[in-house]
Amino acid sequence: MTALVTIGLHHYLVVASLLFVLGLLTVATRRNAVAILMGVELILNAASLNFVAFSKYAHGGVAGQVFSLFIILLAAAEAVIALAIVLAIFRNFKNVDVFATTTLRE
Amino acid sequence: MQALHNFNAATVVFYLLAALAVASALGVALSRNILHSAFSLLGTLAGVAGLYFLLGADFVAVVQLLVYVGGILVLILFAVLLTREITDIRISNLSVSLLGGVPAALLLLGLVTHICLHAPFASTAPATAPTVHRLGDALLREYALPFEIASVVLLMALVGAMVIARRAVKEEARSAVDNPEAPPTDGVGAGAGGAR
Repeated sequence: MTALVTIGLHHYLVVASLLFVLGLLTVATRRNAVAILMGVELILNAASLNFVAFSKYAHGGVAGQVFSLFIILLAAAEAVIALAIVLAIFRNFKNVDVFATTTLRE
Repeated sequence: MQALHNFNAATVVFYLLAALAVASALGVALSRNILHSAFSLLGTLAGVAGLYFLLGADFVAVVQLLVYVGGILVLILFAVLLTREITDIRISNLSVSLLGGVPAALLLLGLVTHICLHAPFASTAPATAPTVHRLGDALLREYALPFEIASVVLLMALVGAMVIARRAVKEEARSAVDNPEAPPTDGVGAGAGGAR
């Protein structure tokens, strides 16, 4: 009971692993490229949450938060590029279903 | 009873925020409508921002709200609306093999959670002070090089996105210009060319 009531590092780790697994499920099972991108954002959020939690409970400094900021920055850059690519795919294939865009496989 | 005495506001807020984040993530993963997925992502991002506040990471929380909710989410919504007709949005978010995916995800969740709960992590007394000052110091001293590289990465992403998106626009525009003028080339087109 005490373990559930007193919030510690492990609570945040469990939440982050839930987010990570759901993001991975999204990436693995979605067919829409934009939805896959949302899964990637979930995974990055989980990693970032872990960084901040460790920064508070295990490190005490501010280093984890710096890395979390870098993760947010890279997520922004990644989203911009990926959405530009998705728009280009949509112009070429009239579709963003990843099963329809298999030109390289054929 | 001893445990219930420690049941304070922070615990309640943590569980609320965690529930919001995880429930919204479930929506992202399982909703059949991609717009619902996108709006569920809003809940997850806001919940994670709240968890940052709870962890004492005020600056990171505000950045999360500004960049993710204000920037990335709007970008994703734009992409959803640009790449889909509204009419077939109900089936716009198909999934493959949830039958295989969900058990695999649950297995991975068990593994990761087991490792998280049983690994002996070092722990210090958590300090909660405003972090903006220390973050600024760290970014400009210890992490000055990654900070500068990050700005270059952002610039490259900006230019790259414009190049990728513009090339397609330009080709479309060129074909649109070429095709309508193709039939009357000998008539109006030649006359216009001569006038110029």
